Amino acid sequence: MKVKIKVWRQAGPNEKGAFKTYDVDGILPEMSLLETLDVLNEQLTKAGEEPVAFDSDCREGICGACGLMVNGMAHGPRRKCTSCELRMRHFGEGAMITVEPFRARAFPVIKDLVVDRSAFDRIIAAGGYTSVNAGSAPDANSILIPKDKAEKAMDSAACIGCGACVAACPNASASLFVGAKITQFSLLPQGQAERDRRALRMVAQMDEEGFGNCSNHAECEAACPKGISISNIANMRREYMHAGRVYEEHAGGGGAG
Amino acid sequence: MIKIAEEPMMNAQIPDGPIESKWANHKSNIKLVSPANKRKYTVIVVGTGLAGGAAAASLGELGYNVLNFCIQDTPRRAHSVAAQGGINAAKNYQNDGDSVWRLFYDTVKGGDFRAREANVYRLAELSANIIDQCAAQGVPFAREYGGTLANRSFGGAQVSRTFYARGQTGQQLLLGCYSSLMRQVDAGTVKLFPRREMLDLVVIDGRARGIVCRNLISGAIESYAADAVVLATGGYATAFFLSTNAVNSNATAIWRCHKKGALFANPCYTQIHPTCIPLAGESQSKLTLMSESLRNDGRVWVPKAKGDKRPPSQIPENERDYYLERIYPAFGNLVPRDIASRAAKRMCDSGHGVGNTGYAVYLDFADAIKRLGVDTVRDRYGNLFDMYDEITGESPYQLPMRIYPAPHYTMGGLWVDYNLMSTIPGLHVLGEANFSDHGANRLGASALMQGLADGYFVIPYTLGHYLADSKVLSAKVTTDHPAFKEAVSAVTEQTRRLVGASGKHTVREYHWKLGRILWDHVGMGRNAKGLEQAMSDIRALRDEFWKDVHVGGSDQDFNKNLEFAGRVADFMELGELMAQDAWHRNESCGGHFREEYQTPEGEAKRDDQNFCYVGAWQWSGNPSEPVLHKEELEFDYVHLAQRSYK
Ligand SMILES: Cc1cc2nc3c(=O)[nH]c(=O)nc-3n(C[C@H](O)[C@H](O)[C@H](O)COP(=O)(O)OP(=O)(O)OC[C@H]3O[C@@H](n4cnc5c(N)ncnc54)[C@H](O)[C@@H]3O)c2cc1C
Ligand code: FES
Repeated sequence: MKVKIKVWRQAGPNEKGAFKTYDVDGILPEMSLLETLDVLNEQLTKAGEEPVAFDSDCREGICGACGLMVNGMAHGPRRKCTSCELRMRHFGEGAMITVEPFRARAFPVIKDLVVDRSAFDRIIAAGGYTSVNAGSAPDANSILIPKDKAEKAMDSAACIGCGACVAACPNASASLFVGAKITQFSLLPQGQAERDRRALRMVAQMDEEGFGNCSNHAECEAACPKGISISNIANMRREYMHAGRVYEEHAGGGGAG
Repeated sequence: MIKIAEEPMMNAQIPDGPIESKWANHKSNIKLVSPANKRKYTVIVVGTGLAGGAAAASLGELGYNVLNFCIQDTPRRAHSVAAQGGINAAKNYQNDGDSVWRLFYDTVKGGDFRAREANVYRLAELSANIIDQCAAQGVPFAREYGGTLANRSFGGAQVSRTFYARGQTGQQLLLGCYSSLMRQVDAGTVKLFPRREMLDLVVIDGRARGIVCRNLISGAIESYAADAVVLATGGYATAFFLSTNAVNSNATAIWRCHKKGALFANPCYTQIHPTCIPLAGESQSKLTLMSESLRNDGRVWVPKAKGDKRPPSQIPENERDYYLERIYPAFGNLVPRDIASRAAKRMCDSGHGVGNTGYAVYLDFADAIKRLGVDTVRDRYGNLFDMYDEITGESPYQLPMRIYPAPHYTMGGLWVDYNLMSTIPGLHVLGEANFSDHGANRLGASALMQGLADGYFVIPYTLGHYLADSKVLSAKVTTDHPAFKEAVSAVTEQTRRLVGASGKHTVREYHWKLGRILWDHVGMGRNAKGLEQAMSDIRALRDEFWKDVHVGGSDQDFNKNLEFAGRVADFMELGELMAQDAWHRNESCGGHFREEYQTPEGEAKRDDQNFCYVGAWQWSGNPSEPVLHKEELEFDYVHLAQRSYK
């Protein structure tokens, strides 16, 4: 196959970017889009030009490193499919494929298609955990979890942190990402102790990072490569409202001694 | 040529006493760092996979000042995230006769008697705590209706001891680990350094005291000083270029430590996984694993007739050879990986392979769907089936999968003693990066177990012991020390040399060629002649690389070609050592199959008389002249026997 790749080139965070179009030949239908970019990069390197910078690692849809806007859609036209899983057979011979970085105020561009998604780490640091030190856990079967609850928690936990939800959202909201984590823990007995504090802190951090608000466009759900449901956002709101009513942060006491 | 060290056997510091009480005794005798003093110690942890992430989080919880590095933009993307099938633990929740002893026994036997008994026993003992820890973190393991944890079976075991979270066990365990890590980041005990690649170890007065890395965004060469260094940088299967590993997986950190004096153990013990999606073309960047758990219900077969090109549905039952069930009736489709891989290779080499290339066998779910119904099968393997379908365009619900072996895991790695310390004091190595507890073959679902055991439950004790025991550490070093300056200038020089190289061939072309050599001669079947060929081919390729590679771009910028160039340069040296190790080991064991040494049935034939040792290699300054040291292996509990899965 022969295709045209129209790709966003931007030398650095403070540089101006622009699209550039390249012809790429010798593409097989079973190749992935990222492998096509590999071929393009080999071509550019040999011609003494700068290859296109993009992130990827597992190349099987689980690490969340790759994140491209493909023809205007986060991860491209296939449902429940990451950029690295997207095969060329879904594009016709001679197709023009437009590739851009995930764009959002909270995801500044580093170079070409590479963006900074560290805001997600800071949101998790704000409360996306259970406070249990290594060595202090009870026997795993002492905490019984009904199968349906465990399955639902797993549905939410499947998030790969790629940021497609943010990129797809007209408001660049991170609500699906945050909602999924809050929901996972809210469904599990292990998550109860810190349930309120978690909801308040994670939502506060999300706002601080400069993500927009959710106004129910549901583009996030459509773009999510793991099919995470927008009901996670509704749940986040419930958790947050409830926590706001009942939770009081106590300053840690130094003790008397 | 290789040299053999004259010294006595290496000492692994295995505690005295019966195997059941070694770890407990050791823990009671170990030196401790008081809670108030812990924060005065700085510990560098390189890697945020299960091993590194667990170590950094646990050391942070104890109060150490931890600096944690990784290549990816966030710790949550470490390659551990890709593990699919599950994690073993001797919980005996199924009441099917499992025990610490049996897990220990299965692992020693599965490793074909080339692992250290004391380490394996400790691993089996700790396995149960891991599941408790992960469940408490909120890892959504699969459950039964009653709310208890569910199990599945993996190869090399006759009990059901594998815990899982759909086909995403590694992801869920890593996210649990990452959440604990981020909690420590929030608490201020752990500082994260993502998008950093460690390029050198700094050794001062014989001890590991820091690292030098490249900031992968700005290109800056940065130095970090510490009181100890913990390496958990994963395996080196990407030396083969095409493997199931993530594309950024590399051997650079362990290789550079090797060149600073850490011995490299059993480099030739590599695992070729039997069930991967076959290669489709030359531009392919990686091979995708189809989890071993599929062998619980999938049946492996090839046509009985050679060169049978009929579609699978038209090959009647009596013209199919379910060769694993036929040859290994006791374990059937669940024989260990090395055995299943070689059997697939034999079938294809003898003309029974399927698919366009003839290098594939079928993994068929038709019977399972008949027996269990589509819904149950979807419940168990849905995401793997979808992944297969997305890649190949064929649905495993309708057609059998086509699979073929691919490089997957490396049992070899930096040599460590019982305390997980390398031959450089203060340099500890965890997870797949060390030469590990898996001997010559790792059983499925045991890598996640080992990484987490090392990180959550071993290093928190043994690192404290090292720090408390090392009086010299009261003398703090800073990055102003000349040893840091030296390392920085060496790294800078290599980086400049690579970026300035303006030959004709790309880094990827060299990596591809190296991978070909390793796959052909240091892969599933090896022989002396082929290995000699590999050594000379690798030497020639390495010379050519340094003369004719083209990297381009700037060293002061985000530059993927430059990152890969450094990694490939290291693989070119490590690749030769893999071949040398395989050449010197005149026996077959586990994943190391020397065609000259096989039983009449074609199984691996060990030579316990001459090779019952760990081969630990020392860097001599010349990659073609490594020096071999030996750690003798003693089997006091599981007696040496030919491995049989019939
Ligand atoms: C597809 C696949 C499926 C698997 N499934 C299973 C399974 O079901 N069960 C099982 O038990 N095992 C499985 N394994 C094996 C298992 O996943 C790995 O062995 C294990 O996760 C390795 O963990 P680790 O922490 O040692 O290293 P990794 O997870 O590889 O982490 C390495 C870390 O080191 C960092 N790093 C590497 N080099 C450098 C450097 N130079 N500088 C700075 N940082 C660096 C990386 O950024 C990363 O954070 C699977 C492996 C693969 C490939
Ligand atoms: S590269 Fe890992 S999800 Fe795409």
